[in-house]
Amino acid sequence: MFGNKLEVPISDYSFEQFLHSDRLMGVRCQSCGSLFVPPRMLCFRCFGTDMNWEQMQGTGRLAGFTSITIGPSFMVEEGFDRTHPYCTGVVELIERTRVVARIEGVFAQKPESIVVGTPMQVKFLHVDGSGPVKTFLAFEPVSTS
Amino acid sequence: MYEGVNGMKKRRKLGRGVAVVGAGMSKFGMLNDRDSKDLFIDAFTDMLSSVDKGVDPRDIDALYLGNFTNDFFTGQSHWGAIMSDAIGLVPKPATRTEGACASSALAFREGVFAIASGFYDMVLVGGVEDMSKCTTAEVAEGLTLAAIPYERKAGFTFPGVFGTIATAYFERFGATREHLMNVTIKSHNNAPLNPKAQYKLSVRDIMRAKCEQALTKGEPEPEWSNEKDFLGDSIVNPPIAWPMHLFDCCPISDGSACLLLVGEDMARDFTDAPLHVVGLGQGSGRGLHAATDLTNFEATRAAAHEAYCMANIGPEEIQVAEVHDCFSIAELIHIEDLGFCKPGEGFKAVEDGLTRLDGSKPVNTSGGLKCKGHPVGATGAAQLIEIWDQLRYQAGKRQVKNGNLRFGAAHNLGGTGGTCTYTILERR
Repeated sequence: MFGNKLEVPISDYSFEQFLHSDRLMGVRCQSCGSLFVPPRMLCFRCFGTDMNWEQMQGTGRLAGFTSITIGPSFMVEEGFDRTHPYCTGVVELIERTRVVARIEGVFAQKPESIVVGTPMQVKFLHVDGSGPVKTFLAFEPVSTS
Repeated sequence: MYEGVNGMKKRRKLGRGVAVVGAGMSKFGMLNDRDSKDLFIDAFTDMLSSVDKGVDPRDIDALYLGNFTNDFFTGQSHWGAIMSDAIGLVPKPATRTEGACASSALAFREGVFAIASGFYDMVLVGGVEDMSKCTTAEVAEGLTLAAIPYERKAGFTFPGVFGTIATAYFERFGATREHLMNVTIKSHNNAPLNPKAQYKLSVRDIMRAKCEQALTKGEPEPEWSNEKDFLGDSIVNPPIAWPMHLFDCCPISDGSACLLLVGEDMARDFTDAPLHVVGLGQGSGRGLHAATDLTNFEATRAAAHEAYCMANIGPEEIQVAEVHDCFSIAELIHIEDLGFCKPGEGFKAVEDGLTRLDGSKPVNTSGGLKCKGHPVGATGAAQLIEIWDQLRYQAGKRQVKNGNLRFGAAHNLGGTGGTCTYTILERR
């Protein structure tokens, strides 16, 4: 989709395009070194605008989560409801920034069993519903096998 | 405590003092027979009758009206002008403010600024929201408009946002669901003492009613040993967004509230007990992924710092407060952010009774958003009305037992902590 030399506009649109090709990308402010995932065109720490794309390793730890029984319509369309809840949450990346993401590979019906702090790895969730395939950023516990 | 970032360290002051001289609200609840206009007229007429020495509505110079998203809930926008007409203010100006669930706290602030600037003498501020004519799913979707796009895409709902915050809080400070139940039980104890509240039953009353219901139906009587046992039963208190269960969440409500503001030099023409606006704070914040911390709200801390500096008092001098308890966990975090207790100790303070009606720092004496109801655009104004009632000793059975009331405060939050306000009122 994009060449190796990332002459890619700094935007949420680009971030989404990267997700489609299974890459979790952030940007680093070239003036102060701050890292932003998803990207920001303007650094909120130093107001710099010189940003370079950087690929995240895709690992981190679960910082907080929820198991949702009553979700928005697009999640209901995916088949989630009171008896089939889904998890979503916040993951702190190894690069020391956080993302919100769907949480997969956990037992959403037994949220008591899910532990904040669990090591997580990225999973790109390609959902084929009505319309074009959508890619959701997700994380799952690091496989121990 | 928050230290001046981005130039917010300056101590604020008003160019002209401003006082509240009237306050009124509609009933809160799922009111099928009332639309926004009806509700605002209810609040307005209630306000007029609250002005001790009377007021001529023709003297009102302008209206600031908070409304979050009636556009979505009712398919109608442009509520400023509609309300100006409804209460007979035309051709006086009407301006709508929007800050998600903090919309009417913003209206209050704009009204204060309009008088403080010297431009107006008397301003009506308030808010309205009409939510109950939508399905629950539609309401949830409408409210989610106040989240940030990344959260919406990840499937968050508002209970989900606060559920996530709760798990982070639990892990960091060692609190549990049982501690959240203390907040719920307290709100349900206060609300039956508030004639305007949506819910009139304590958790114990609800337990009793469920038992009687079972007996009438010939079903086995449930065996709950106490309120926490009841709240731990996922049949009567099902999860919405774990660990947020039904009783952790505020209801869907219709309602309206308004306050009358005048220059404080004129206040005694209307009442011998005006409340002076002595502290105003507002902050903004980022979504969950970019927040400084998942267990506090930067915007609340900024707002509190600004308001305390302006009022030249500290949190220990606040004698009664309303805080934005859209979800039980939120109340714990707010009392920490506002300085009523140390970070991470809110859950213990609530367990020890600090915030109860008979505690040393009563919080949400109205029943809070949880039980008084949360018509989102009206909430900020309604919180200030509770402070009005308390500081003027007209809160009836829920009046805090303190013969020397002077300072009360209201904290309003919008979105994922994106807009937070803190307002301190003083009785002199």
